[in-house]
Formats: sequence, structure tokens, C-alpha cells
Amino acid sequence: MIARWMYWVAGALLIAVIGAAIYFPALRSQVEKARQLTEKTAEQARRELLPVASPTSGEPKGKAKMYWGSPTEDGTLKPVIVELPLSSDPVSRSKQLLNTLLAGPVDPEARTLPSDAALLAFYLLPDGTAVADFSEALGTSIPSGIQSEELAVDSIARTLEANVPEVRQLKILIHGQEVDTLAGHLDLTQTFQVKASGLAETPKSTSPTDVIRKPLEKAVGKVKEAIKR
Amino acid sequence: MSRTLLKFSQLCAIFLNVGVVDGQAPSANPPAAPPGPTDQQKVVAAQSPTNPPALSSVASLTGAQVDSAPVVPHAGLNVVVIDPAHGGTDTGGRGTEGIRESDVVLELAAQLRKTLEAQGFQVVQTRETNDNPSFDDRSARANAQRGAVFVTLHVSSTGLTGTARVYVPPDYSAVTDTGGLIPWEHAQAPYLSLSRKLGDLVQSEIAKRFKGSPTSAQIAPVRQLRTTAAPAIAVEISSVSVENRAALDRMIPGVAEAITRGIVAFRPSYVVSTISAAPIGVTPQ
Repeated sequence: MIARWMYWVAGALLIAVIGAAIYFPALRSQVEKARQLTEKTAEQARRELLPVASPTSGEPKGKAKMYWGSPTEDGTLKPVIVELPLSSDPVSRSKQLLNTLLAGPVDPEARTLPSDAALLAFYLLPDGTAVADFSEALGTSIPSGIQSEELAVDSIARTLEANVPEVRQLKILIHGQEVDTLAGHLDLTQTFQVKASGLAETPKSTSPTDVIRKPLEKAVGKVKEAIKR
Repeated sequence: MSRTLLKFSQLCAIFLNVGVVDGQAPSANPPAAPPGPTDQQKVVAAQSPTNPPALSSVASLTGAQVDSAPVVPHAGLNVVVIDPAHGGTDTGGRGTEGIRESDVVLELAAQLRKTLEAQGFQVVQTRETNDNPSFDDRSARANAQRGAVFVTLHVSSTGLTGTARVYVPPDYSAVTDTGGLIPWEHAQAPYLSLSRKLGDLVQSEIAKRFKGSPTSAQIAPVRQLRTTAAPAIAVEISSVSVENRAALDRMIPGVAEAITRGIVAFRPSYVVSTISAAPIGVTPQ
């Protein structure tokens, strides 16, 4: 004989289970929305704190060779000469170039980097390694694929190669961190050798990060400090 | 800590020529003792492209079977490891029409498997369902094979619709430690020239079938290829941005056929030594 109170308990449990089954999916979607909102807000705050364009007033204008996508040849880059204020300091000059690259060409189809990505910091190490730190949007907003990711990195490397002779190799960080890939395909654990014939990874490293580990750690520390500020 | 252990076990997978699947080292055949000079020389010899590592049959046997099994020499390219990229929560490229890269590459892999098996190849897939093994887990599947080539499949978000491109790794230094062993992070280094040859052969077959495709393989530092100790290429078709999925589906048989033909043409170039290679500690006396 089952006691009457046990029926009541079983009924209450059943109602609780049904209620949870209805409520939990709704709760989950709300949490997901809140997470996305927080991410956007953080990215927005970072961009407001760190102005995208470096100060260029008072600097003489010069001609720079920018590498954007070719509108006629699929999957290739095409150099475009643009006139912009160019500093004689290699770091400031590199920032000016990369910000121009991010701003994009007149033809949006020729863009190689996402429009909402930002250059957070740039360092040039004594051995000629350029460390370019971009916002997360560089990886999250770029069209996924080997071709698009390769063009993005190639456009950065070739633009620096054409205009900043001090740069020998390039290391790309995302929000101050070394990441495995740009957007699931292109290897960002390596440094890219900057040379006229295109990109190739540095042949000198004994491990993917050993060559630049110490100077890179310093650079990452600086980036983190800048973000905290 | 666990990541360090995983890396160590994967490194051992190259050194010892045993399989590491899904991030776990097989417990079937643990080395009974540290390698002696003779064993080590065999393992080192097995690292060169002409003496690639691992007997796949040995890797899949139990410890008891390994002890008693004769070491079967392989004379050439036998195994093709197909890697349908992405999967699980990582859909890869996603088109406006809801086309997902992870789905398309899985179908391409199934078709490629059929055409390769028809040519007598043994096929290993890094995933057959909608899961997402790590880069290292995928490489481990290939690194546990002997006489294998590795093909990772992708669909781009950009590019001329109806074209396909083959990517091969850039120059890596052939890094070896004092024992002549290859670090996991540079597993691809000894196979670069073979990868490029395979890439050119496959790309030329693709160019015959898909107009507008390049005629030779392109160099790009694709992450998946770096840790793969075998001739390895990435094949990317365009694109998930097509308006109709049928356009991609129509490409699949032709791409599979082209890859198969390229691998068949590559087969004579990949001479696998008949030197017996077996895991340290289980080498027949």
C-alpha cells in the first residue's frame, strides 16, 4: 500500500521536472545572449580606450605601397600606392601603415583584414622581429579559410616589407596572446619571415617559440599593461 | 600538466611508432626498458622520409599480439589518412545559405574514401562523425601509420566558385636533437619535398577538372600540416558562400577523383624501406 503523501511527493517532483525542462532552455539562451553582449562591450571599451589611428599630425606625407586583394585575380594581392603621413620612426611608421591597411582600400571587395579589427600595439625588437598585436576581431571576423587567412597575413607582411626595411620577421598576437591559428587554419605560433617573394616561416627556430620567446614575453607584458591602463 | 603529458606521449608516438588516438597513449605495449643503442638506431632510421615511421598493423595490435606477430615489411605507399577539418561545435566556414564547411568536408571525405579504396589504399579518417579532434589528435592518427600520406580537406569562404587549391607547408628547419629524433612541433620537416611533390600532382589533376584553379600547389603555413610526420597536403574548395549547395555537391566527385589520381601518381615516388620498424621494447629478437 503506497501512502497518500508519496503520491503528492511524486506529483511535485514530476511538476518540477517538467518546469525545469521548459525553463532551462530559455535560461540557457539568456545566458548566451548575456555572454555575447559582454564580449561586444569589452571589445568596444578596448577600442575606445586605445585609439585605432596613431597621431599623424605634422608628419610629412609620403608614398606607401599597400598590399590589398586584387580585384581581378582571385586569391592574390595587388600593390597600391597611397599617400599618407609617414613617420621616420619604424614603429610609428608601421602603426600608420597597419592602420591604413585595416581602414581598407576604396574597393571593399579588395579588403584583406576585417573592418572591425584594430591594431592594439606594435613593437619592433632589436633583431628585426615586428610584433603586431591585434584585437580579437582579426580572428573572429575574418572569413574562415586557408585562402582568406593567408591573404590577411600576407598583406600585413608584404606591406611592412615594402615600407619598413627594419622589419625582418613578423609575429602576430591576438589581444596580447599567442594563438594557435588565425581563424582555424593559418598557423600563428610561428614567426613569418618578411621578404619580397612572399611569406615563409623562419627557418632558424629550434622550436616554434624559442627564437622570440624572451623578447616576446617582454612585449606581451607591455601589451597587457597597456590594456590594463 | 596534462597538456605536457599529452605532448610527451605524442612525441613518443613518433619516436616509438605507436599510435596515439584521441590524446591517449595506448597502454597495450609499454616499453619494458629504456631503448638500447640498437633499438634507438632503428627508430632514428625510421624517421627519414624513405624510412617513415610506424607499422599501422603493429600499432593496432594488443601487447601480446605484438610480441608474437611477425613484422610485415611495407614496400610503398599503403595508407591514406583523410582529415575532414573542423566538426563538432567548430563548423568552420559558414555560408549565408547555412552551408557548413564541417558537413561538406565529411561528405567529400566519404567520397574520397570510396575512390581511394577502389585503388587498393587503406584509408584512415581522423573523424567520421560530427566530432572535433584537436590538431594534435588528428596528426597523431597519421603519425601512427607507416607508408601513409595525409590529406586535410577544407572549404573556403572566399574564392572563385568551382575552383580548388592545394596547399603545402612552407620551409621548416629540419630540427633534430642529439639523438636524431624529430620534435613533435616540427614533425613535417623531413617530409617537405615529398609534400610539395604530392601537392603539385594533386593540384595538376584538379586544374584539369576545375577551370580557374591554380596549376601548382601553393605554400601556406597550415597549422594541421606542421605536426604531421608524412607527406601532407591541404585541399580547399570554393566556397561555402555559394547560393546553392548543389554547386558544391557537384564538385565532390571530381575533387575526390583528382586527389585519388594525384596520390596514385605519387605512389612510385614514395619508397618505404623494408627495414623492420617496431615499437621500442617489442622488437623481435
